Amino acid sequence: MSDFTVESTLDAQGLKCPMPVVKTSKEIKNVSIGGVLEILATDPGSMADITAWTKSTGNELLKAQKEEGVFKFYVRRVK
Amino acid sequence: MSEDTQKCTIVVFSGDMDKVFAAFIIATTAAAMGMETTMFFTFWGLKAIQKGNPTGTGFFGKMLSFMNRGGIDRLGPSKFNFGGIGRWMFKKMMADQNVTTLPELLQTAIDLDVKLLACLMSMDVMEIQKSDLIDEVDDVVGAATMIAEAQQSQVQFFI
Repeated sequence: MSDFTVESTLDAQGLKCPMPVVKTSKEIKNVSIGGVLEILATDPGSMADITAWTKSTGNELLKAQKEEGVFKFYVRRVK
Repeated sequence: MSEDTQKCTIVVFSGDMDKVFAAFIIATTAAAMGMETTMFFTFWGLKAIQKGNPTGTGFFGKMLSFMNRGGIDRLGPSKFNFGGIGRWMFKKMMADQNVTTLPELLQTAIDLDVKLLACLMSMDVMEIQKSDLIDEVDDVVGAATMIAEAQQSQVQFFI
């Protein structure tokens, strides 16, 4: 399943809208193109919001899952 | 910025804490989503980008400043302010929910290169000088500049 390696992790746990998306947009710049950023969030809205963010910015959402109350997103930087 | 960069323009007319809050949530999110974002502050909206020092040259201008000195942290909610108790209550409720504060949102907008424009005509009416506004304000302009920005934008808001 995990046919990618995580380059860096953003801990956005406890943050409310819009900070998970804002922090993701800042953090993705530190990931190399083609690299994968892992995002941890607890805001239930982040499921829809991170998905919308990847669509708008053209980055690729590889995987989104919920594990023990924590949302985990894996985003590949496309450009 | 590439030519396919989308733009977002927000006119901030209100100086109410809750409405300015919405404006900054939208601005920071749009910027985070890769949009070139502009906020145009007019009339009461100027209160959000004032430093908070006393302003005004004439009697009315000074009175206006006395009644509402401005500054991002001094804005009161549009409802239930009750002379500042409401502001305190909303701040506390937001802090309890770990919601980002208004001054932090302003700083985030600045960090994300959101362009802050101030309306010259309202500044003249309210007797507010450029030096009364925070240093991060990019320019003092007129309505045509805002319309030109809005024309290029895919998303526009009036708050």
